[in-house]
Amino acid sequence: MQLESMYQDIILDHYKHPHGRGLREPFDGESFQVNPTCGDEVTLRVHVDDDTITDVSYDGQGCSISQASVSVLNELVVGNTVEQAMTTMNAFVELMQGRGTVEPDEDVLDDGIAFAGVAKYPARVKCALLGWMALKAALASAGAAEAAQGVEVQ
Amino acid sequence: MSLDVATLRADFAILTRTVRDEKPLVYLDSGATSQRPRQVLDAERKFLETANAAVHRGAHQLAEEATDAYEDARAKIAAFVGVDSGSISGSAGGGEIVFTKNATEGINLVAYAMSNAATAGPEMKRFTLSEGDEVVITEMEHHANLVPWQQLCQRTGATLRWFGVTDDGRLDLSNIDELITERTKVVAFTHQSNVLGTINPVRQLVAKAREVSALTVLDACQSVPHGPVDFHELGVDFAVFSGHKMLGPSGIGVLYGRRELLEAMPPFLTGGSMIELVKMEGSTFASPPQRFEAGVPMTSQAVGLGAAVDYLNSIGMDNIAKHEHELTRAAVAGLSAIDGVRIVGPGIDEDGDVHDRGGAVSFVVDGVHPHDVSQVLDSLGIAVRVGHHCAWPLHRRLGIPATVRASFYLYNQPSDVDALVAGVREAQRFFGVTDEEPANGQA
Ligand SMILES: Cc1ncc(COP(=O)(O)O)c(C=O)c1O
Repeated sequence: MQLESMYQDIILDHYKHPHGRGLREPFDGESFQVNPTCGDEVTLRVHVDDDTITDVSYDGQGCSISQASVSVLNELVVGNTVEQAMTTMNAFVELMQGRGTVEPDEDVLDDGIAFAGVAKYPARVKCALLGWMALKAALASAGAAEAAQGVEVQ
Repeated sequence: MSLDVATLRADFAILTRTVRDEKPLVYLDSGATSQRPRQVLDAERKFLETANAAVHRGAHQLAEEATDAYEDARAKIAAFVGVDSGSISGSAGGGEIVFTKNATEGINLVAYAMSNAATAGPEMKRFTLSEGDEVVITEMEHHANLVPWQQLCQRTGATLRWFGVTDDGRLDLSNIDELITERTKVVAFTHQSNVLGTINPVRQLVAKAREVSALTVLDACQSVPHGPVDFHELGVDFAVFSGHKMLGPSGIGVLYGRRELLEAMPPFLTGGSMIELVKMEGSTFASPPQRFEAGVPMTSQAVGLGAAVDYLNSIGMDNIAKHEHELTRAAVAGLSAIDGVRIVGPGIDEDGDVHDRGGAVSFVVDGVHPHDVSQVLDSLGIAVRVGHHCAWPLHRRLGIPATVRASFYLYNQPSDVDALVAGVREAQRFFGVTDEEPANGQA
């Protein structure tokens, strides 16, 4: 196996230098997610202003994949509308659940395409999705729930 | 006599396969499940091809042969752990050995029998719990020996209490007199921790429990596969272990119960095979072990576990224990010698050896998350376990979210330890933590 195919430089960069890490106020929705098989956890807050996600703040502990993924998430969705964020989430979930068969769209996923290699390792897919599960739940608790519907994050 | 690893490895076909781009498999996850030798697979196949039938029912020749095979297995397993195979007739092999699906089911069987006792007559009093009673466990338990007791306490109003764990991974027995008291009804604990490797002082705990007439339940999942264990000598009331961790099939586990207790205890699951007399108005139950084996049981699995016991006996449990001790000492020493690696559990003592610990070796690597360590090891063909190993409270107590665990068995060789140590160094190199700053950039 090529370790590098999973641990792309982009992922290691995000792991070592996470974007927007730390919990901040104000926020409208919050979610705590944990992966019960390994204990990785993330607490994530969203601040939604007039349908625009103005901040995603988070804290957590876990492996490079789970922590880099939430950093990428922060980059991808802050400044977007809830609906845009949902589209991005759907694309990311589809990529991660595709067992390596889905060709990622860089226009939508930007740094997120680096996770294509992770999709080949079922045991690590959950790590990559942990932050996104938290985003979905946090948006729901912020009252952006309707928009968050229709996304199945496993 | 020592053990001839090269020869016995030939019995385990899976050990010759390669993984992840042609890397020879280095299997260091026997604590989760062990591999099975040809002899076990052959025994199951032979049984299925020649004698398969539902046991303890039917009078045809196959039913007879299948029942004999099932009960022979029970007798072998009973002898293996030093308990009664108390055969009355050929069809009631070991009075003290109950077959279950796995160890988890064995513990649940006892916990639910105790709840069921609550609605039975006064003769069941010794098994009933209520408000004011206490169940004592330890902070190093596998969830299998923790959640069932939590649940039992919730159902009955009893209180759950537990022994803490010291920083070096031993049971903290300093408050044993406050924990095990007249209120204690059950003391349940692991023989060997599946995370720390720690071997607990069974006799001391049993002696204390006996003083207050509490029942003892031993989780022997990580001890029975790895060395000689004699439940009568240990004096425990109940004990459980799983077939799949001792070269046997999955889907079969064992509950040992002291004869007199099994005879008195109400059933957990009810239905066919476990009854004595059934009328529309009510039923009476069979003697143990049948009382605790409702429904058609797993049969080829029992036969396979019997063959596993034969295999282990042919190598010798003392030899296996000695062999694993050497591997454990080498692994603990090799890993501790790496800067930034910390063993979670008893380490090397002043005499340069390890004591009262078995071959579950867990560790953390500064600056590299356990998942990432195991991914690097996996890329090198080395299979280890990562996470909290179903002992979440223990990890919380030690202040670490997860560990990497290597665990050894009779088929592991010194070169496996070398591969592990080299692999951990490779993980440090890959994540750039050899000397410099930590990789995760966090404080
Ligand atoms: C100490 C200990 N107890 C209980 C269990 C549960 O065994 P099983 O899952 O086979 O029931 C295990 C296995 O992981 C274990 O290591």
